[in-house]
Amino acid sequence: MQRHLISAADLTRDDAVLILDTAEEMARVADRPIKKLPTLRGRTIVNLFFEDSTRTRISFEAAEKRLSADVINFTAKGSSVSKGESLKDTAQTLEAMGVDAVVIRHGASGAPYRLANSGWIDAAVINAGDGTHQHPTQALLDAFTMRRRLVGRDAGLGQDLSGKRITIVGDVLHSRVARSNVDLLHTLGAEVTLVAPPTLVPVGVGSWPCAVSYDLDSTLPKSDAVMMLRVQRERMNAAFFPTEREYSRRYGLDGDRMAKMPEHAIVMHPGPMVRGMEITAEVADSERCTVVEQVANGVSIRMAVLYLLLGGNEPAVTHARTTEEK
Amino acid sequence: MSKILIRGAKVLGGEPQDVLIDGETIAAVGTGLSAEGAEVIEAGGKVLLPGLVDLHTHLREPGREDSETVLTGTRAAASGGYTAVFAMANTFPVADTAGVVEQVWRLGQEHGYCDVQPIGAVTVGLEGRKLAELGAMHESAAGVTVFSDDGKCVDDAVIMRRALEYVKAFGGVVAQHAQEPRLTEGAQMNEGIVSAELGLGGWPAVAEESVIARDVLLAEHVGSRVHICHLSTAGSVEIVRWAKSRGIDVTAEVTPHHLLLTDEMVRTYNPVYKVNPPLRTERDVHALREALADGTIDIVATDHAPHPHEDKDCEWAAAAMGMVGLETALSVVQETMVDTGLLDWAGVADRMSSKPAQIGQATGHGRPVSAGEPANLTLVDTAYRGQVDPAGFASRSRNTPYEGRELPGRVTHTWLRGKATLVDGKLT
Repeated sequence: MQRHLISAADLTRDDAVLILDTAEEMARVADRPIKKLPTLRGRTIVNLFFEDSTRTRISFEAAEKRLSADVINFTAKGSSVSKGESLKDTAQTLEAMGVDAVVIRHGASGAPYRLANSGWIDAAVINAGDGTHQHPTQALLDAFTMRRRLVGRDAGLGQDLSGKRITIVGDVLHSRVARSNVDLLHTLGAEVTLVAPPTLVPVGVGSWPCAVSYDLDSTLPKSDAVMMLRVQRERMNAAFFPTEREYSRRYGLDGDRMAKMPEHAIVMHPGPMVRGMEITAEVADSERCTVVEQVANGVSIRMAVLYLLLGGNEPAVTHARTTEEK
Repeated sequence: MSKILIRGAKVLGGEPQDVLIDGETIAAVGTGLSAEGAEVIEAGGKVLLPGLVDLHTHLREPGREDSETVLTGTRAAASGGYTAVFAMANTFPVADTAGVVEQVWRLGQEHGYCDVQPIGAVTVGLEGRKLAELGAMHESAAGVTVFSDDGKCVDDAVIMRRALEYVKAFGGVVAQHAQEPRLTEGAQMNEGIVSAELGLGGWPAVAEESVIARDVLLAEHVGSRVHICHLSTAGSVEIVRWAKSRGIDVTAEVTPHHLLLTDEMVRTYNPVYKVNPPLRTERDVHALREALADGTIDIVATDHAPHPHEDKDCEWAAAAMGMVGLETALSVVQETMVDTGLLDWAGVADRMSSKPAQIGQATGHGRPVSAGEPANLTLVDTAYRGQVDPAGFASRSRNTPYEGRELPGRVTHTWLRGKATLVDGKLT
């Protein structure tokens, strides 16, 4: 494993499978009466959020606390990008406080990369979403959810997603989730198809390891998992598509469309869902929709990542590390 | 002022000759010239060029003296072999009145490292709405002949047309920063494979090309001349080539960094590579080199854009756009154009001295190296190779993309009207 987790593209197949397997171990902790491990006792982790994200921050915080780390939450929304020094200054303040890891969410693509590579700090950096670039733990939790559902909880151990066909639908242009998933799913051997109106597909997508289609209906029957991305209503005003209704008609997932998917296929969504636009309530509430599982799996994945970056190489659960054993 | 004999210099890269400077002018060029009464500079095979002329420099004074001043900027220019620079108008206050341009011009004269020819803004405050007092700036002591809203595009077609027409009265030229503003909202880098991957807002080539296409057609329609700043794409080259073949009076410049660097560098997220127009692709770089070689692109201009450390030591999106260039321009041109066989030293003299002087009407610069001409000269050790060390820059800012990179060539001497501004690589 590397020292930082900045991009899903940085993970090898073996790294990714190790994280997924470790997350399975971590998931068992959630089934215990006391959901806590001493693994990161005495370590300090800062959740540095320059952009609002209650879900991701709480997920990381839960993961950190279950591993017994000391957690500091730092929320600096708003003016961060308008004056660039703030990231460096904040980072160095945290460094001076002896922080071991920084979980960063930032509105600017590349901010976590800069934090990790500019010599500003020594702490491990975990990207919790940067601009329209990457959100690697989201991709990992998505892959974890797919492996559990499509391969099996125990059968999946040590396995990747070879041969699975994954369709990602919606605002690919502005989506760090789509970028991260394309990278990771490709590494794990899955075949990815992006489906979106041409205005929401980036120029240059041709170099990505995936297929691109503008037609959802023809893609659905060939999908083992369909991941719906959130589409912001503001995009309509920027002429990415004419109306919300037209978007829904062409790219929304409703019951009729879901019926075209193979029986075993699942519906995923990184949340929060806008019901009625990209996904109907009927689909969102169906058995096949994994949104709630994704949230739970997010904690396990983040525990696994934090453990592997900070904890060392000992087994995570069966053999908690103490100072005497070092 | 006394006599200086430059002995054994390869004038414009030709056979070694002696060049005798007497006072402010070149007294003689030949072999075996007498050294009597003259200070002798043993050139020993170095290349002698007419002093370089930069049609596109940001000196930041007035307003951002923490980035650069006329003094530090002209010292950087002398270090890079320049004897004249054209200072862009996007200062604070904007150089849109006779008062501001005269101030900048006078500072250049007082410091004496390099002639500073101010460029006047096309529109008041660079806001693109109302023409600035172009005539007053031309008639001022600064004698402005080049007008540009550089940093911003004159995107209103009517304002651009009027500016092109208006400057005909005194033989001026409008230098356009070609950037369609709506197509580049939120733009952070070249739009393409790399931007798609990095999730950075794209600056599409068509945003430059569409404005160039419009402006050459406007120039043709009103019978005026237009200059295209920092042309950066293969498509722009095609448009300029077409316009020239049609007889349209258009000239174009390319920066050293667009001849060398590509958008692949942005993968580092290091804002030292953040520049406007952005670094493009390998294909564009090669098209630009070819176009400079065949004359489609007329000149090399630095777009020297100094920024203080804190404006670059941050995340990409927050960083300022621009790179310093005066002190590395000739080395980059040697690497990309001369050492590749695309251009000889006479060609470099043409693209970096004669042509820019002609476009900007800097009489006294860009002249042949021959008797009777002003002694504006630059001596280059073309055999030198070394790593770029920004710590040694004369510029107040150090935002160079070449730190630690090995580049060929080093300017050892610069003379401005017979007065040495740089001797053995050291400023006087």
